[in-house]
Amino acid sequence: MFETVIIISLALIAISSFLLIIRLIKGPSVPDRAVSLDAFGINLIAITAIISVVLKTNAFLDVILLLGILAFIGTVAIAKFLEKGEIVENDRDQ
Amino acid sequence: MTLLHWAILAPFLFAIFVPLVYKVFPKLHTGWFVLLLPVVLFLYFLQFLLNRTHYETVIETVEWIPSLGINFTAYVDGLGLLFALLITGIGSLVVLYSIYYLSKEKEQLHTFYVYLLMFMGAMLGVVLSDNTIVLYTFWELTSFSSFLLIGYWYHREKSRYGAQKSMLITVFGGLSMLGGFILLYLMTGTFSIRETIAQVDTILSHDLFIFAMILILLGAFTKSAQFPFYIWLPDAMEAPTPVSAYLHSATMVKAGIYLVARFSPIFAFSAEWFWSVSLFGIFTLFWGSFNAVKQTDLKAILAFSTVSQLGMIMSLLGVGAAALHYQNFEYYTVATLAAIFHLINHATFKGSLFMVVGIIDHETGTRDIRKLGGLMSLMPITFTIAVIGAFSMAGLPPFNGFLSKEMFFTSMLRVLEMNMFQADTWGMLLPIIAWIGSVFTFLYSMVLVFKTFTGKLQKEKLEKMPHEAPIGMLIPPIVLASLVVIFGFFPDLLAYTLIEPAMKSILPSLLAESEHFHVHIEMWHGFTPELFMTIGVVLLGTILFLTLTKWKKVYGLQPEKLTLNTFYDSSLVALDSSSSRFTKFYMTGFIRDYLVYIFAFLIVMLGASMASLGAFSLDVSKTAPVGIYEVILALVMIAGTLTTLFSTSRLTAIIALGSVGYSLSLFFVLFRAPDLALTQLIIETVSVALFLLAFYHLPELKRREQKLRFRLVNFIISLGVGVIVTLIAISANSERVSETIASYFIENSYKLGGGKNMVNVILVDFRGFDTMFEITVLGIAALAIYSMIKLRLSRREEG
Repeated sequence: MFETVIIISLALIAISSFLLIIRLIKGPSVPDRAVSLDAFGINLIAITAIISVVLKTNAFLDVILLLGILAFIGTVAIAKFLEKGEIVENDRDQ
Repeated sequence: MTLLHWAILAPFLFAIFVPLVYKVFPKLHTGWFVLLLPVVLFLYFLQFLLNRTHYETVIETVEWIPSLGINFTAYVDGLGLLFALLITGIGSLVVLYSIYYLSKEKEQLHTFYVYLLMFMGAMLGVVLSDNTIVLYTFWELTSFSSFLLIGYWYHREKSRYGAQKSMLITVFGGLSMLGGFILLYLMTGTFSIRETIAQVDTILSHDLFIFAMILILLGAFTKSAQFPFYIWLPDAMEAPTPVSAYLHSATMVKAGIYLVARFSPIFAFSAEWFWSVSLFGIFTLFWGSFNAVKQTDLKAILAFSTVSQLGMIMSLLGVGAAALHYQNFEYYTVATLAAIFHLINHATFKGSLFMVVGIIDHETGTRDIRKLGGLMSLMPITFTIAVIGAFSMAGLPPFNGFLSKEMFFTSMLRVLEMNMFQADTWGMLLPIIAWIGSVFTFLYSMVLVFKTFTGKLQKEKLEKMPHEAPIGMLIPPIVLASLVVIFGFFPDLLAYTLIEPAMKSILPSLLAESEHFHVHIEMWHGFTPELFMTIGVVLLGTILFLTLTKWKKVYGLQPEKLTLNTFYDSSLVALDSSSSRFTKFYMTGFIRDYLVYIFAFLIVMLGASMASLGAFSLDVSKTAPVGIYEVILALVMIAGTLTTLFSTSRLTAIIALGSVGYSLSLFFVLFRAPDLALTQLIIETVSVALFLLAFYHLPELKRREQKLRFRLVNFIISLGVGVIVTLIAISANSERVSETIASYFIENSYKLGGGKNMVNVILVDFRGFDTMFEITVLGIAALAIYSMIKLRLSRREEG
């Protein structure tokens, strides 16, 4: 029973990731892709968590945390890039 | 180191002090200091003749590289001694001559004498070495110092051209010769010439024999200016005249003759040697003398004359080899005798003629025979020397050239009586060509004397009023000319002292240990065919000389495009342009092309070697079962990869690449590698950010985004690389033979390393060195990025 639930949830997440990848490929605009990548990152968190359960280990909890942080930072960076044209504003010229 | 070794090396040691003397004693002509050495050396070598029975040989060995069998073995036998005396004797005269020829004020005397001494030492080394490698070393030194001497007036274009040409040709020959020596070493296992001669039977039956012979002959022919390699010699006439007299008539060009004579005991038994040496020689004789007639520059006449005379000596050495096959060898050794005798004669008269030409050049300012004439009464001594030298060269009595010319005809006629190597049919060629060549020799000798010294004085064409040269300049040619006469009247002076021992070195197998040749040279043989041939030469030569203007058009028949010089020049140009075209063809400057080469080679080399060794094996029994997660993840990754490849915008490609990286980190999760997954995630995020940074800063012009163009070659190569790498990976996995060392780390990471995280223990403990240098790599990368951003030397002005 437990295993069935796990497989079903993994399959669902995989389908979701796959659809996100399609969105990533098709586009049509860059923000679409950025959002799909962000969601893909969150899906990765879910996949990692479920696989940790399958593998019966807690070695990957760090990975989950890191993925959360990175997805956030990455999305913010892309957003800032799209908004302002650069990620790190330097005030060297002023 | 014995005295003999010091004698060979003395010129090099002396050369060190020449610049010092030049600087310290500016009032002294450096030549006076230099003159000491060849005179002392000449006396030293002379005492070999006088103090002991001259058939004795002297061998002194100094170890140089004994582990390779390379020793500096000095070996003085008849042949070596003859050459050593020529080198030091004519060397002394040339140095004396150069003191008066080269001006102390205008010329850089120290470089001249350093080069000259270098050459002298190298030449002594060539003729007195018993070890082939040492011989080769000195041989290249002669090429090198000759190059320096030809290019002595380096500000002249023609000097540089001549120097380069002679360097290329003689070094080509020298390298061939080295190849021949190595082949000889392979056959016999020794570098010593004497030991090689002792094993002559092994060599004669060896497969490599013919190659060694051809390679060594190439070395001899290039150095001795034989056809078709003679072309460097006329261009070497740009050197100062003492150099021409010394190197390009008396010594260096005879190094090839020496080589042929020295290796005669090894190769002379074969028909190939007989025919190649004598035919190349006889043709060079004809071609050199034929071309000498058309020259208008005195030195060019002498250059072609040298070519021709060297051809004569060479052909005599070839013909002399036939004596080895006969019982009554005395009858045929006359050719070898003539070769050695003419070698000495040629050194005397050609040296004096070059000095005469130098005097004329010095006193009138030109060497062009069209501008010269009527110098007889103005320069009587020079004229006398020139007549003696030229008549001896033409082969007229009572000079020594007559004797050697007679013997030359004798030996060529005796070829007709040989009954081997098809000499009875083809041998006919030799005396005929020899005779025609001698007619032209007579002709150019007469041109040399009469066009220069008789006729009308053309004052308006000369730069200065000609007058007799200073006495110091005249002494060396006078000495040489007197030797011409002395050897003409008393040839037996040479016979017992020099010629017999030299013949014994060239043809050692004919005699028992204590025997020696009996040589007796006479002026008068009676009414022999040779005498009538000489009379014919004189008659026809005189007729041709008187009618020279009428038939000189013959020389226009050979078109300019078909000469060997044109061939040499155009082949140099062709070599240059074709290699640069070839380089331009594949060095396109595009990284894309180079990557194509690299990957194509990767595919071909790996694929071919794996296939030829039968190393491809697709054994799946050792692979782990494939789970559903891996399949899904792989599909996601493939989708990401394909997106990267076929995306139309760069941004899409970067993001898709990011998704591939994240999927990879998921693979690490799946395959239980938490540390890798962590690192991969961070690195992937950072590098995507860097990609975005790079993407944004693309220059405006090229920013127009384009779909990747499809290229068939690239497609094939990328497919090939993928397939090859995959196949190799699978093969490597299925062929795995030994156990992994992982169990050691599993057992010991806590026991020895004190850590439960095995990956980290390996990184910092078991394999800490790798980590240290990876840290270094990151440090260097960081510093490099910083300096690339900060340091903008070339664009500072732009701000």
